[in-house]
Amino acid sequence: MIYLQLFWSFLQIGLFSIGGGYAAMPLIQAQTVQLHGWLSMSEFTDLVTIAEMTPGPIAVNSATFVGIRIAGLPGALIATFGCILPSLFLVSLLAFIYYRYKNLSILQSVLASLRPAVVALIASAGLSILLQVAFGGAQISLVSANWVGLVLFAAAFAALRALKWNPILVMVLCGVGNLLVGLVL
Amino acid sequence: MAQGAKKETLWKLFFSMLYISAFTFGGGFVIITFMKRKFVDELGWIDEQEMLDLTALAQSSPGAIAVNAAILVGWRVGGFLGMVTAVIGTVLPPITILSVISLFYAAFAANPYVALVLKGMQAGVAAVILDVVWGLGANVVKTKSPIHLVVMAAAFIATFVYGVNVIYIILAAGLLGVVLAMVQRQKGGQAQ
Repeated sequence: MIYLQLFWSFLQIGLFSIGGGYAAMPLIQAQTVQLHGWLSMSEFTDLVTIAEMTPGPIAVNSATFVGIRIAGLPGALIATFGCILPSLFLVSLLAFIYYRYKNLSILQSVLASLRPAVVALIASAGLSILLQVAFGGAQISLVSANWVGLVLFAAAFAALRALKWNPILVMVLCGVGNLLVGLVL
Repeated sequence: MAQGAKKETLWKLFFSMLYISAFTFGGGFVIITFMKRKFVDELGWIDEQEMLDLTALAQSSPGAIAVNAAILVGWRVGGFLGMVTAVIGTVLPPITILSVISLFYAAFAANPYVALVLKGMQAGVAAVILDVVWGLGANVVKTKSPIHLVVMAAAFIATFVYGVNVIYIILAAGLLGVVLAMVQRQKGGQAQ
């Protein structure tokens, strides 16, 4: 029944992630970490890192990663199919409506309300990854904080925001930076 | 369209999507730019205005933007078979790449050096995500719509502080949009 669970979980992820990859992240976290415990928070964070580094939509990447770990290749295929199935129906329907009417005013209003909510959800997902980096999922305290991680985060954020560096380059530099610090200390 | 020409179109569609999907890093918006270059500028299968509309549809539908865009372009270029062809071309590269990575992940993650690199990269990922949030949040603030600011704040508190299920938050925001559209319509009706 693991196949059915995978299918159902990723169907919900495909159905409710509106607005692209980052919007899917909180849903993937809810389904795979909180609800089913298929991944630990640390594995989930690794998954997001890997998904950022590789081509392809994060939802499809996650479906494959989780599916193959839980139930092998069939699991990966079933999870991926689950996550694109809502799109196959809804987008095909939208395509039909678009070519027929080319007028979607109520959809515009729904999207306008969804957008700020989606931003908040992405913010929450980003912050929980930052907390994972800083405190490793343990109690929040200044003593046990991972200061190297926090400095890397601050430097990376500045590089992205102020200097507009390439995100993949920034991530790789963070990885190398942490390795160097780890080897020295 | 003749049988041979149609078959050729489908293969071209398949390999175009396969190539675009395999080499596009950085999310849905990037892939749409590549698709526009291929299908509008290079092959001339779709005109520019239509591609912009398809982009809006792909963005506003649930699911991955890349997959949604493939579905739309597929239907447009080759009907149902075109849609299936485009989708398979789009998902094949990520499935293959992630399958290989997840096979090695256990050994990979157990290596102390790799663990150090991954841990450092997590700090980078958090920065990338929060940088995107900063930009998106600024756009919401720029609309100066009190309703949208309240939605953003409420959604954040609900998910981050209270751990409310993400799906409920999305449904609630969508419902609000429907209500607002109805109110708008009623107002418009009265004004006329």
